[in-house]
Amino acid sequence: MSEKKRLDLEYSQLESDRMRINVGPQHPSTHGVLRLEVEIEGEIVTEVVPHLGYLHRSFEKHCEKMTYPQIIPYIDRIDYIAAMNNEWPYVMAMEKLMGIQIPEKVEFIRVIMAELNRIANHQIAVATFGLDAGAFTPFLFFFRDREYIIWILEKMSGARLLYNYFRIGGLAGDVYPGFKEDCLNIVKQVRKTNAEVMDLLIYNRIFIQRTANVGILPADVAINYACSGPVLRGSGVKYDLRKDETYSIYNRFDFDIPVGTGEVGTLGDCWDRNMVRVNEMEQSCRIIEQAIAQMPDEGDVQSAIPKRIKPPVGEVYMRAENPKGDLGFYIVSNGTDKPERVKARGTSFVNLSVIPEISKGYMFADLILILGSIDIVLGEVDR
Amino acid sequence: MGLLNKLDDPYEGGGIVLGKIEDLLNWGRSKSDWYLHFGLACCAIEFMAMNASHFDFMRFGTIPRASPRQADFIMVTGTVTFKMADRIKILYEQMSEPKYVISVGSCSNCGGPYWEHGYHVLKGVDRIIPVDVYIPGCPPRPEAFQEGMMLLQEKISHQAIFNKRKKLEAELEK
Repeated sequence: MSEKKRLDLEYSQLESDRMRINVGPQHPSTHGVLRLEVEIEGEIVTEVVPHLGYLHRSFEKHCEKMTYPQIIPYIDRIDYIAAMNNEWPYVMAMEKLMGIQIPEKVEFIRVIMAELNRIANHQIAVATFGLDAGAFTPFLFFFRDREYIIWILEKMSGARLLYNYFRIGGLAGDVYPGFKEDCLNIVKQVRKTNAEVMDLLIYNRIFIQRTANVGILPADVAINYACSGPVLRGSGVKYDLRKDETYSIYNRFDFDIPVGTGEVGTLGDCWDRNMVRVNEMEQSCRIIEQAIAQMPDEGDVQSAIPKRIKPPVGEVYMRAENPKGDLGFYIVSNGTDKPERVKARGTSFVNLSVIPEISKGYMFADLILILGSIDIVLGEVDR
Repeated sequence: MGLLNKLDDPYEGGGIVLGKIEDLLNWGRSKSDWYLHFGLACCAIEFMAMNASHFDFMRFGTIPRASPRQADFIMVTGTVTFKMADRIKILYEQMSEPKYVISVGSCSNCGGPYWEHGYHVLKGVDRIIPVDVYIPGCPPRPEAFQEGMMLLQEKISHQAIFNKRKKLEAELEK
């Protein structure tokens, strides 16, 4: 008869070796070509080191070689999900440097374009965040609606994703007949889908359990890391450049800044950051409705475009509220038709830097969710 | 669908098809290609739209696989930088034969807008791995993705499986 051996082990005292593993750059959940070097102890993340440069496309080098209008297509490709919003701070900076007064109609069209693109960006962000958490259906819902927005932007600019629509001092083209009706239909459709997704994804019990109390970013840490956009607002800080440093004509519209509330978990967790994006879509809808109502019908959108773009010697910094946060362009002009230097302050790069801070101590599977809730785009990280 | 067209003039009694095993295998192969789920840059966003409701990439029989060992073809969607080029070559080598490559967008075709001053951009992915289908555009429309996929299916359905060497030699002699 063999005796059964009993092993008396205190599992909590067992020491497991720490292991360093790679996530990416070809991992489907890293939202592009980000490589994370993760140190895990069992299933718990102890250290995260992001490795960048897999999509470095030499943006600043191109800016040295191109004339000012030629730079705009490269700016589209920085944050390729929200190309309209990207172009805006650059053209605003150039208009500030050259002292161009732009017509009122141009401002209205820019606001509408930027807000439509903000909705499209947040739709991708929420949809892929749902994918990371294992929900596939909202992805299909959001991409169905995004396609309608893309159709409007395509009718305006001729391209589906990278528009090159804003010009220094104006726009590439005027609105088409039926533009206002299309926009109002989109607003209706976006609201309908958001209401559906509220039940389907946001207040889904499984989704709440996956995302609440995960990746908590306290407000002071967010400010110390210079986070901006939904990442900062998810922590309860009411900071939006559209209100706090009003540019263009945003002071004419009535809209709120949604912030995280800690409704289902702790303030500043993944759920809050995601919820801020969903609420921002509604606010963008409100801005679009007001802009459509106030938009003048008459006006030439190309009247203020200078024939020759040769700004005076000087430097300028202009920033605007991108869907991902605060995007700024610092332009140094040497008096020729090519800039001395164009520096882009990429939001995603700054927001990404907070990941090592907030992902320590969570499960490995939560790391993917934390990354998804930050909503980075690698073109903007690496530039 | 060369094989199924032969059902149009059935033999007496029906149910008999005369054809080549090669055609049957190629027909099956071309209609269920699994691809490596892997995006690089802007074109990957259009590829996501391609996978979603309006365009429905899966009706071509494609299924995204996260591992290169299960994939039949790889779509290089975006700018290939020098740092990424090594990875793409490794991914391609990890795939099992037969394997195909679709190069999507100007960047991976030839460097695209980064051709002249892009010191960190590979001027075309065909410098490191063989490419079967090139899809132009910056980024290509989802319709272009469909066209490219159909071209790949056509290429697969005409490939030789048996007596490859003989057929190749015959072609070379011409």
